Amino acid sequence: MIAEHNLQLDPQKNLHHFLSIEGLSRKHLTSILEATHSFTNVAEQSVKKVPLLRGKTIVNLFFEPSTRTRNTFELAAKRLSADVLNIDINTSATSKGESLLDMLHNLEAMHCDMFIIRHAYSGAAHFMAQHVAPHISVINAGDGCHEHPTQAMLDMFTIMQHKSGFALLKVAIVGDILHSRVARSQIHALNILGVEEVRVVAPKTLLPTAVETLGVHVYHHLDAALQDVDVIIMLRLQHERMQGALLPSQGEYFKNYGLTEQRLALAKSDAIVMHPGPINRGVEIASSIADGTQSVILQQVTYGIATRMAIMSMTLGRMPNHSSHPSTTE
Amino acid sequence: MYDVNVLLNTMQQQLMTYFNTIAPAKEVIMIGIHTGGLWIAQHLHQKLQLPQALGSLDITFYRDDFTQIGLHPEVKPSQLPTDLDNKHILLVDDVLYTGRTIRAALNELFDYGRPASVTLAVLIDRGGRELPIAANIIGQSIHLKKNQHIKLQGPDQLRLEILEKP
Repeated sequence: MIAEHNLQLDPQKNLHHFLSIEGLSRKHLTSILEATHSFTNVAEQSVKKVPLLRGKTIVNLFFEPSTRTRNTFELAAKRLSADVLNIDINTSATSKGESLLDMLHNLEAMHCDMFIIRHAYSGAAHFMAQHVAPHISVINAGDGCHEHPTQAMLDMFTIMQHKSGFALLKVAIVGDILHSRVARSQIHALNILGVEEVRVVAPKTLLPTAVETLGVHVYHHLDAALQDVDVIIMLRLQHERMQGALLPSQGEYFKNYGLTEQRLALAKSDAIVMHPGPINRGVEIASSIADGTQSVILQQVTYGIATRMAIMSMTLGRMPNHSSHPSTTE
Repeated sequence: MYDVNVLLNTMQQQLMTYFNTIAPAKEVIMIGIHTGGLWIAQHLHQKLQLPQALGSLDITFYRDDFTQIGLHPEVKPSQLPTDLDNKHILLVDDVLYTGRTIRAALNELFDYGRPASVTLAVLIDRGGRELPIAANIIGQSIHLKKNQHIKLQGPDQLRLEILEKP
């Protein structure tokens, strides 16, 4: 596993790829959060662009459906002045039987600089990172049930905008933990940033085995889990990944695990409600909560752009053998 | 060694001429470049009692050496007070050397709007320009060797330090 963790860092321990939160240090995460903060301003310029990645070509390789993630990656790349290539997998040669590696080498031959990949297989981004040319960076935009690290970072940034520091926070993650790569990345990030407590809340059928080893407290009753929490993260039921009957019905699920106004009242009065989207109203969250004053769901989307700008420029900006900063340009 | 307060007074005198000839003080938007330029701008802004809020500019995203040195992790967001269209901008930096910082700052300013004019005020002009850029208001012009580096220390007590590389 050690070799795999080091895969995303260059010899100076700077980010070269961004594959998983697991294996990163608190310093890595805080520098991403700091850089994100500075990129939030770009949206306020009348020309919403900075020239950082001018001349770089970034390829969006989405083997699974996505709207928010793919669009915010594309906007982030464009606001950094990079050129973006969106590969439509359904009409590409992959559907004619081309292997992932052959596709990769063809894109390399077109002088691309970064691959952003989403794939149904866990480890797909790591696999790519192991096989790309050394100047190319790979960013994981979600791999199977493993990780979705840029989502976790935008969630951390959203929390940071509403709470003063991570140390005293109690966070509840509610729903389909078993299939959620978002939850895995969030749990790692929250623990690395040193929150007081991470709670996961789900029926037994939607929890991975030995989930406690990730550093979380397990709850099966939502009411108990919401007591005194500062942050509530709701997750979508991932029907597309479910095999077999894990739940009696959606109605039954909402009755036991849906976030309603009565339940939200159990959390701290200034608790924020988050959701990585897409939301299913009336399945995991009541409409009045999703649109309510404590919801920061749309802010998550906005911050997703600045977060991805930060991660893209941190991975692409540093060339091998140039780790130090001259003090000024004057 | 140079007394920063004396240099600030010299700049203040030149700025009075600027207010009388180019733009009245009440219309001027002063913008300091992170970090040293902002310290100088804060002092001038207070001395001159300018009514428009002080702005700050971090040029990291506009540097021309990004691919060599990467993203500086402690980049501060730029804070520009208003829409810059048709405004008279007074850009302030501590040391003018190659001109590359000012090139980057101008590019960033123009992504916020189309100012009526941009005037450059610097505490020290040390020569050594690599671009066709000149300051309008200068605390002091000095000559330094290539291996010498002048740095403004602050923010509490502003002082200039000359460092020499072996």
